[in-house]
Amino acid sequence: MQMKSLVPLKSLKMTLSALALSASCGAAVAADSLTITSWGGAYQTSQDEAYYKPYTAKTGIKIVQEEYNGEAARIRAMVESGNTTWDAVDVDAATAQQGCDEGFLTPIDYSKFGGEAAFVKGSTFECGIPTIIYSTIYAYDADKIKDGPTTIAGLFDTKKWPGKRSLQKTPFGNLEFALMADGVPADKVYETLKTKEGVDRAFKKLDTIKKDIVWWEAGAQPPQLLASGEVVMATAWNGRIFNANKVDKKNFKIVWDGQLLDYDLWAIPKGVKDLDAVYKFIEFASSPEAQAAQTKYISYGPALLAATPLVSPDILKDLPTAPANAKTALANDPVFWGDNKEELLKRFNTWIAQ
Amino acid sequence: MAVAALPGEAGPDVDRTSLKTKLRRAERVNRARSFSLVAPLLLFVLAVFALPIGLMLVRAVENTEVRETMPRTIAALDGWDGRATPGEDVFAAFVEDLVQTQKDRTTALVGKRINYEVPGARSRFLKAGRLVDAGGGGPWREKFIAADPEWGSVEFWAIMKRAGATFTPYYLLTSLDLRQDAQGAVSRNFADQSIFVDIFIRTIWISLLVTLATLVLGYPVAHLLAILPPRHANVLMILVLLPFTTSILVRTTAWIVLLQSNGVLNDILLALNLTTERVQLIFNRFGTVLAMTHIQLPFTILPIYSVMKSIPPSHLRAARSLGAGPLTAFVSVYMPQTLPGVGAGCLLTFILSLGYYITPALVGGPQDQMVSYFVALYTNREMNWGQASALGAILLLITLALYALFNRLVGIDKVKLG
Repeated sequence: MQMKSLVPLKSLKMTLSALALSASCGAAVAADSLTITSWGGAYQTSQDEAYYKPYTAKTGIKIVQEEYNGEAARIRAMVESGNTTWDAVDVDAATAQQGCDEGFLTPIDYSKFGGEAAFVKGSTFECGIPTIIYSTIYAYDADKIKDGPTTIAGLFDTKKWPGKRSLQKTPFGNLEFALMADGVPADKVYETLKTKEGVDRAFKKLDTIKKDIVWWEAGAQPPQLLASGEVVMATAWNGRIFNANKVDKKNFKIVWDGQLLDYDLWAIPKGVKDLDAVYKFIEFASSPEAQAAQTKYISYGPALLAATPLVSPDILKDLPTAPANAKTALANDPVFWGDNKEELLKRFNTWIAQ
Repeated sequence: MAVAALPGEAGPDVDRTSLKTKLRRAERVNRARSFSLVAPLLLFVLAVFALPIGLMLVRAVENTEVRETMPRTIAALDGWDGRATPGEDVFAAFVEDLVQTQKDRTTALVGKRINYEVPGARSRFLKAGRLVDAGGGGPWREKFIAADPEWGSVEFWAIMKRAGATFTPYYLLTSLDLRQDAQGAVSRNFADQSIFVDIFIRTIWISLLVTLATLVLGYPVAHLLAILPPRHANVLMILVLLPFTTSILVRTTAWIVLLQSNGVLNDILLALNLTTERVQLIFNRFGTVLAMTHIQLPFTILPIYSVMKSIPPSHLRAARSLGAGPLTAFVSVYMPQTLPGVGAGCLLTFILSLGYYITPALVGGPQDQMVSYFVALYTNREMNWGQASALGAILLLITLALYALFNRLVGIDKVKLG
């Protein structure tokens, strides 16, 4: 950020950098280790297995793992304080966009990755290299519900499937689901949401299940809520459900209809100590073999086109990008959310608190 | 300071002056010594407490985004009367600024600031940036309006002009559910955007409930602590203090295990046939107040206890011997003497409760989130630090105002922590 502040930022920066330091003790100093931050849980484990461990084995460079919950402010504070301790961060599309706009992420040199055309169309960002395609879906416990829902409308059908539902505590995703459940086709969702009537319609639909909603905030919560029987269905990131089935031997069923596709990207905060070393790691993590390997541990689609042919068919069927799953998929629109987040978030919080 | 001796006054005066000076010097050394003892703490408090809070508070009114990046536009808007769409001069200045912001990559930053007040402005700015990048010449006014009729909006330019000021009331007004229209008139915000006043009221209400609950539960415990023989009192004291040794997060999470629908408490209720179906005990107001009360209990008990400890038992005996019944003696002789401790304990708990964040976030529902939750939301996720700091500033003001009110009603000098 180039701007001067009224406040003598230096002193604030000192406080912030002290905070950043204490938040990441043991962080990388020399280039013989890299500090990489991701979303924790099953997802980070899959990255550890597919990227971090093989990379350390190959190069001897240690990977120090950090966790966060998508708080872009932590990256910004770090960069503003001039003490960047995270070398690479796994960010969502909105943060990749925002970080570029506000200047706390490094613009990516795509020539190192075979150009933007090497990745799924529309997934490349100026300040982020796409790594996976994930999806927000909803799931239910097939051991408890025999005749389960198959369309997005089922999430809102409390007559046929009574009981609590868990949704993420954000307007993002829920408004889209509400409209699709109300009969808006996937390709008309953002067009509808741009009008006041469209937003009203989405909230009206959400009203119908409001008293049955248990809100979640961390990605690990929905499988737990489903497992404990606290809720009968929950929206979730598809990999978390896959993982609960695989590791905890659950019988959760994913409803792919109306799934909301989004990307995770590698981003490099401004001011990293050794940019080349970071690029080398991301190049490794963006190789077809590494990306295909990750699908063994979590069911997210590789963003690198060359990786898909290497994924075995019995894994492919669980990915959000599998043709059978993606028929009615909706891709997240970061431009829409960039413009309307402020207003919709306030309206959502007003609505939620009533 | 030396006292100048008047001419003609010799001898004794000089001596007196030097004595005074000596005395003052000795006092100064003493004062310096005692000051040097408290200096580390003072500096610590100033450096890590007062200064950062002060700096963050400035952000509640700070308004640098537009002023720093669009100086030419703001200067050109100075002469604009605000009645019709600005002329070519403003647009030309705007384009000059945009060329610079495109180079500095700050276009989106200005867009984000204006987007707070004009939804959709962010992408309009980005599009304008691309329009300027594409090159070509003026006249820009027609070009912009052709690209997006909103560039011709008088309201938009009025807001743009206002956003160029050094300070903005925007964040503080929003925190109070007020909005300023393009003409600058302040009115209530739209119903679906009004959220914060309710949250402030809720924060105070939950804090009051918790304070009352800790008082009702803690007062008898404090009394018991004060009258038990030391051997038993010590055991009881350990029980009161034990929760302090556990992290607040662990204690809060423990409540989730106990209270959830398939949790221990619900199992017991069902087994005892007290209910027929599982009761919602968590993710609502009940769970929030319960968990907060648990955490705050020691803070209320300890000041009350230490005051009770200092009340001589002879007072109660005297009251009894003068004919008062046990209840009368307790209510009219004992209880008034415990009031300073009650005041201190309640004030402590109330003020601490105002700032609760993690407990309501974990065991509360959406209707139970307090101001701190939204401060964290705007700081961490939305990166709207102006809004976060405005909410914090208002919470701080409310706390100070309630403290002043308390002082007026009870008198802070009557409060005793021990």
